[in-house]
Amino acid sequence: MRERWLITLGYGVFVVFFTFPLWRAAAARSSGSMPRLQSSPAGQCVAPVEQMRVAHMNMLFQWREDAVRHNNLTFVAYNGKVYRKSLDGTCLSCHDKQQFCDRCHAYSGVSGPDCWNCHNDPRAFAPRVMP
Amino acid sequence: MRYRAGFALLIALAPACSGVALAFLPKSFLVLAPAVAYAACAIFLLGLLARLWRWTSSPVPFRIPTTCGQQRSLAWIPPARLDNPSTGLTAGARMLLEVLTFRSLLRNSRSRAGSDAVTSHDSLGLWLGAIVFHWSLLIILLRHLRLFVQPVPAFVLTLQKLDAPFHTGAHPLYLSDVALLLALAYLLLRRLANPLVRYVSLLTDYLALWLLLEVALTGVLMRYLIGVDVTSIKQFAVSLAAFSPVLPRNCGPWFFAHLFLACSLAAYIPFSKIAHMAGVWLSPTRNLANNNRAVRHINPWNAPVKTHTYAEWLEENKDKLKSAGIPE
Ligand code: HEC
Ligand code: HEC
Ligand code: HEC
Repeated sequence: MRERWLITLGYGVFVVFFTFPLWRAAAARSSGSMPRLQSSPAGQCVAPVEQMRVAHMNMLFQWREDAVRHNNLTFVAYNGKVYRKSLDGTCLSCHDKQQFCDRCHAYSGVSGPDCWNCHNDPRAFAPRVMP
Repeated sequence: MRYRAGFALLIALAPACSGVALAFLPKSFLVLAPAVAYAACAIFLLGLLARLWRWTSSPVPFRIPTTCGQQRSLAWIPPARLDNPSTGLTAGARMLLEVLTFRSLLRNSRSRAGSDAVTSHDSLGLWLGAIVFHWSLLIILLRHLRLFVQPVPAFVLTLQKLDAPFHTGAHPLYLSDVALLLALAYLLLRRLANPLVRYVSLLTDYLALWLLLEVALTGVLMRYLIGVDVTSIKQFAVSLAAFSPVLPRNCGPWFFAHLFLACSLAAYIPFSKIAHMAGVWLSPTRNLANNNRAVRHINPWNAPVKTHTYAEWLEENKDKLKSAGIPE
């Protein structure tokens, strides 16, 4: 059959496309693993870690709603601690934006929340000594 | 009517049942998850290749393209190059357009018996449903690469951004998810609502749609309503691709329902009509040029036939004819 080479090419393209993740995994064996997130200083997060991993975005959006629309700024955590509902003031007082949030988002393929268009990373602005 | 209600009930219950069933399975059962995933991928890949091989090795002794236009003939008759391709190139172009735009579905029409005549009119619903379904499924599959590939390819991130143009809260709404569900619902309702289509629908026609719907519904539920630990799932998917599976921590029954349903779908594909995704390329009514009248196609395994032509007969009997005075 004259077309056999064409059909074989088709097989090849299909197999290569379907197994693409395997090639990439083999090529990136070292960089494929989860990056180490910077561990946080204080002992506990504002909610159990399992819950934070699943739903920190929901919490942030809820906080924003409460703070901006309802002027409700106090958050009582599951362990009784009281926090201010603030993105840069609270989350980033324990977590580092680049070493923590950004790293995990890059790994998880989150297209990048647009919060930082307006909110600041406090650590990016080192305190300046006034002359 | 009875059937319609029954089907609707099944459709509504099936995802819920599988989810609930999985939720009550003992946790140790989930150790099987990587094995199930590998088995499903192997069945999908090898099954589809085997099916392709059977199609490749079945003989196509002559050209049987379906044609829908004027074939190439005399120079002053304009040919329909795409609808009646006469070269390999135009046949390829027609195939590509078929695969990318489903041109043949544009010919779908419906006939109605009026009081005095039967009228036929275009019916583009099927084309619309099919094209929306297939393209959104492709976008969704490509978006899933963010879970399997590390580092995430740039085009996947771009696609994700384009797919979620609205800021709709903590989980940006992917338009392809909406489009897929709407299209699947339409394709299913079309089968159930139109008596003629229902009459020609088999269980397998519904099965393919059910499975797709269930996979899509568990995915959408998980992402928008229930919430999942995407990072753990990514670790699981990447470890699967690297052949060193690590079970996902912190993942509820919905993720496993989604995974197992997707695996059933993948394993079912080679044995089902969904294999058309590979078969379309090898269908002889589409991948051949219509040059039957321009080129002589000889069946390669024709049995040799002993012939005796008139010219040969003349040559043998030349003398006799001459002597009898018969003109040649
Ligand atoms: C009091 C300090 C503190 C504050 C404030 C805080 N966190 Fe945490 N967070 C932690 C600690 C400690 C962990 C556990 C880290 C670990 O186990 O390595 C954690 C874990 C997490 C995790 C899971 C990380 C992982 O490795 O799985 C996420 C996501 C997270 N935090 C997001 C947030 C967000 C969003 C906010 C703001 C709403 C916030 N955190 C506020 C201390 C804090
Ligand atoms: C353990 C990994 C992880 C860490 C750490 C983490 N995130 Fe996320 N985040 C995710 C994932 C995964 C998503 C996307 C979930 C999805 O696709 O539904 C997400 C989504 C978000 C979203 C919504 C995204 C959108 O497109 O609107 C916001 C906002 C967000 N994270 C903020 C933060 C902040 C602030 C921090 C640091 C304090 C942080 N995250 C740390 C994994 C993480
Ligand atoms: C268009 C700019 C803009 C963007 C984008 C934006 N914010 Fe805000 N955010 C604000 C402003 C302005 C306030 C009010 C600040 C104040 O009252 O001090 C605010 C307040 C908040 C607050 C409560 C107060 C505080 O100090 O943090 C939270 C929580 C919050 N934003 C979360 C988010 C998250 C999460 C995102 C990303 C999904 C986000 N914001 C994106 C402008 C923005």
